[in-house]
Amino acid sequence: MITLATPAADTQALTGLSAAQTALEIKKLDLYYAEKQALYDVSMKIPKGKVTAFIGPSGCGKSTLLRCINRMNDLVDSCRVEGRIELQGINIYDKSVDVASLRRRIGMVFQSPNPFPKSIYENVIYGLRLQGIKDRRTLDEAAENSLRAAALWNEVKDRLHDNAFGLSGGQQQRLVIARAIAIGPEVLLLDEPTSALDPISTLTIEELISELKKKFTVVIVTHNMQQAARVSDQTAFMYMGKLIEYSDTNTLFTTPLQKQTEDYITGRYG
Amino acid sequence: MTGGAVSISLIAVIGLFILIGWRGLSFFWPGSVYEFDMLDKQGGHYTLIGEIYDVETVSTEQLIDAGISGLEGKPETLERYLIKIGNREYVDLDFQWVLETIISATSKPKDIVVFERSKNGNFYGYIEDILQQGRSVNVEQTSFKEQLQIRLARADALKNQQLELLNGEISSINFALEKIRLKKRKLDLEGLLNEQNILELNAQNEKLTDKYLALEEQLFSYRKQAQRDSVVVRDMTGREVTLPLSELIDFYLPNDMSFSAKVQHWLHQAGKFVSDDPREANTEGGVFPAIFGTVFMVMLMAVMVTPFGVVAAIYLHEYAGKNNLTKFIRIAVINLAGVPSIVYGVFGLGFFVYIIGGSIDQLFYPEALPAPTFGSPGVLWSALTLAILTLPVVIVSTEEGLSRIPSSLREGSLALGATKSETLWRIVVPMASPAIMTGLILAVARAAGEVAPLMLVGVVKMAPALPVDANFPFLHLDRKFMHLGFHIYDVGFQSPNVEAARPLVYATSFLLVTVIIGLNLAAIAIRNNLREKYRALEH
Repeated sequence: MITLATPAADTQALTGLSAAQTALEIKKLDLYYAEKQALYDVSMKIPKGKVTAFIGPSGCGKSTLLRCINRMNDLVDSCRVEGRIELQGINIYDKSVDVASLRRRIGMVFQSPNPFPKSIYENVIYGLRLQGIKDRRTLDEAAENSLRAAALWNEVKDRLHDNAFGLSGGQQQRLVIARAIAIGPEVLLLDEPTSALDPISTLTIEELISELKKKFTVVIVTHNMQQAARVSDQTAFMYMGKLIEYSDTNTLFTTPLQKQTEDYITGRYG
Repeated sequence: MTGGAVSISLIAVIGLFILIGWRGLSFFWPGSVYEFDMLDKQGGHYTLIGEIYDVETVSTEQLIDAGISGLEGKPETLERYLIKIGNREYVDLDFQWVLETIISATSKPKDIVVFERSKNGNFYGYIEDILQQGRSVNVEQTSFKEQLQIRLARADALKNQQLELLNGEISSINFALEKIRLKKRKLDLEGLLNEQNILELNAQNEKLTDKYLALEEQLFSYRKQAQRDSVVVRDMTGREVTLPLSELIDFYLPNDMSFSAKVQHWLHQAGKFVSDDPREANTEGGVFPAIFGTVFMVMLMAVMVTPFGVVAAIYLHEYAGKNNLTKFIRIAVINLAGVPSIVYGVFGLGFFVYIIGGSIDQLFYPEALPAPTFGSPGVLWSALTLAILTLPVVIVSTEEGLSRIPSSLREGSLALGATKSETLWRIVVPMASPAIMTGLILAVARAAGEVAPLMLVGVVKMAPALPVDANFPFLHLDRKFMHLGFHIYDVGFQSPNVEAARPLVYATSFLLVTVIIGLNLAAIAIRNNLREKYRALEH
């Protein structure tokens, strides 16, 4: 599961990744909330079909960076972004990009489960309904496939039309993941997906993430270094709005190049 | 402290409800009818028959001061009775105050009969005879009641047939005749009137008129048949009066009724009150048109205020920038709720009725002018005026509801590729619907109790027809309507017979409160249902 490639060039922001292997490329990204700068000159390549983790202490900008990737920061009035994020060579901040269709290609799951006040079934097919799909069979199939992919099908197949709030927290989070993958995104952004869950649910979700990377590029923000070590292939360490170190997970946790990274993973701050 | 405040308000509400309810509902109870033996000033005797309506305790001294003689040596206070004598066209005053000192004897004869008449109120007396086409039917005295019931049922059936004819076919024909007249006038105005369509329209007119005449004849025959029987009644002065059965609505022997019969009678009377049309300048009969008008107008208002208020709140909360202009608009909206309602009435009359209604008439109903269609007060304008009056309530509570929707749900929807408006209509607004319903409940409560503005924009004392009937287009929003609140005012303060009307004021008030509570309960039930559905908000 963990790539054992060790070329030295690959340890810094994985710059050697070819275009075909890259899902996303972030180029010189600066972000401001009004006058306050929150991200400084972030550049990195996120590889396709892998799990990339962002770690760092609270307020380091890892969630902000993640929300830049599907332009969720657009919702904040005072937010201003400079630089580029390229999805298959196209800058997502380009004026011609339709945000709604961008978000269909880059799905997102949030910190606490946020199912809609609808049935389990309606939750899963919400995105498809938005696209105007009405065919019952297509919808049924999509619902089943996504719920299976999110490892939830067996638990809910007999109560698809019950309200989603009847599910436990862990189930709700898997439902939200099913909802996100139902619309067939290329990239899946997970913003601390397990921070509101109990250890067992966390484990289920982590196993699910390992499955998901077979089909999607996964980017996960986590507080929990062990989790990053367990589920990710690459890890980026951020501190004070800067990308300090980015390399494959094994390297970062065993032989960090930067002093700050070492301090963080050994628990000297956080 | 706080508990005390709550209980005081609770007691006030319950007390009010019980007082109005008791006064209003006891009106339908068949009270005993007494025969009083009275002393007149010359020392002679005369008889009064009637119901005791009210009792007052007055001090004797006051009475002596007022110039009433013969009270020396009486106790310090005396009782004074208000007696309803009825028989309005045969006595000077159908309500009389009498002092207990001039009553020499009181009895409750079992065979006193109360006749409810469609004109001139109740009649009290004893049945002497029953006549068919002016001749006595020669039945035993013991079977008077039975006979009368049978004959009254027949007269009732005939009356119902008349009404059916009047409200059904005859009203349709009148409506159609008016349509033809308007069509002719319209063609005339447009310069399209030629000989051919004059002939055509005249032919139609003639056909309808013929039909009308036939129906009229039928109506007259029903009327004549209903007049066949009559009853001879001896009143308190001993005079024999013939009452035609066609003018009787009901009769009962209150002193000869068991308790269960009284309950039955009470239910029957209360039922008639809510289902009948008013009679005698609203002092008799039921209030059905007023109930209908109130509920219809409030629902119309709700239908208009909800979308408008919700859309305005969504704009203010979701789209408008957070700047001074928005702040100003919000303050203006809130202040709108503080404007006295009569001002809304004036505004409604000036803007809706004269400007908008007048323009509609000129554009769409020129053939009816100078008689206005929408250019005069009506139920549509009343509902619109109240919709503006209640708009702030809906806007404020909808905004509150919108701000309570967790942002995580909006983000969840946006992250799935929904646009802002898709998120609004699919997630946010449905979830805010309980708050919207709360706004609507407050709006309905306010609107149903509002009378002042309506007096300017559509309420009348007596509406000839309901705003909904069987003639196309079924909804007649231009019509004037009756309203319970205005009915209370009219009956209580504008009626020629205040004593007769007072219990009706209580009964109507009770009904108005009940209608408002009913409307509110319905809205609350809907809201609770919605809350159950969207209880996500709780976490």
